[in-house]
Amino acid sequence: MSPAHSHDHGDHVHETGPHGTGHVFHPGHADLHGITVVVELQAGGLYVGRYHEETPSGLLLHDAAQWTPGSAVATPAEFVARMLKFGVRADHRHVVVPGADVRQVSRLVEWSGGK
Amino acid sequence: MPYDPRMVQPMREEMTRMGVRELQTVPDVDAAMSDTQGTTLVFINSVCGCAAGTARPGLSLALKHATRPRNILTVFAGQDVDATARARQFFSDYAPSSPSVALLRDGEVVHFVHRHMIEGRSPQQIAADLTAAFDQHCTPSAV
Repeated sequence: MSPAHSHDHGDHVHETGPHGTGHVFHPGHADLHGITVVVELQAGGLYVGRYHEETPSGLLLHDAAQWTPGSAVATPAEFVARMLKFGVRADHRHVVVPGADVRQVSRLVEWSGGK
Repeated sequence: MPYDPRMVQPMREEMTRMGVRELQTVPDVDAAMSDTQGTTLVFINSVCGCAAGTARPGLSLALKHATRPRNILTVFAGQDVDATARARQFFSDYAPSSPSVALLRDGEVVHFVHRHMIEGRSPQQIAADLTAAFDQHCTPSAV
């Protein structure tokens, strides 16, 4: 796997508009590309990770943390609050979430607790 | 595996042009971070245009503010891997991401800007966040 998908790399270098100084590698990604999102699952769990793209297999996230019901962190809200304060401690370098399993995708900084 | 050094050189120079001291080795980091007195900002640089493309200009704007940290340092994630890992040990409570910014006062983290706080924001917004932290933590009365 290319190192371009770790926290510390990124093959998603692209033009960042009039304010930025990014360099074009491969423009044309989805709006959420490169953005840290909360992916809530139909079954009740969630992932927090960096959105890469939607593939035929599902939604590809990089450096994703996972919360499952019954885990040590009691609620999704506590889990997400921890991510917001201390950053995303990745459980999965890469994960593909099947589209049928996804209930909602939100930007981490805009997550409203699954409401 | 780091990118071609020629490709990332402009990203390094963008930092040094604004007066930030680049740390490329573990001894560089240890020497710089051994001075824990007062305030130190560490910018974790990145090739990621999604976020670093606005974070660097945001820091540049912030450093024009009257109040600023005493030491302003940078390491380049994914490029100077050992130096970055060493720098992160000084704020190991925080998950690694890049770009990101740590502000330390007397060796303790007092403000942290994660990558997710940078994504999708303008340099002006990033600068506003940083300068608010500078005003809170870098004034003589705060140190």
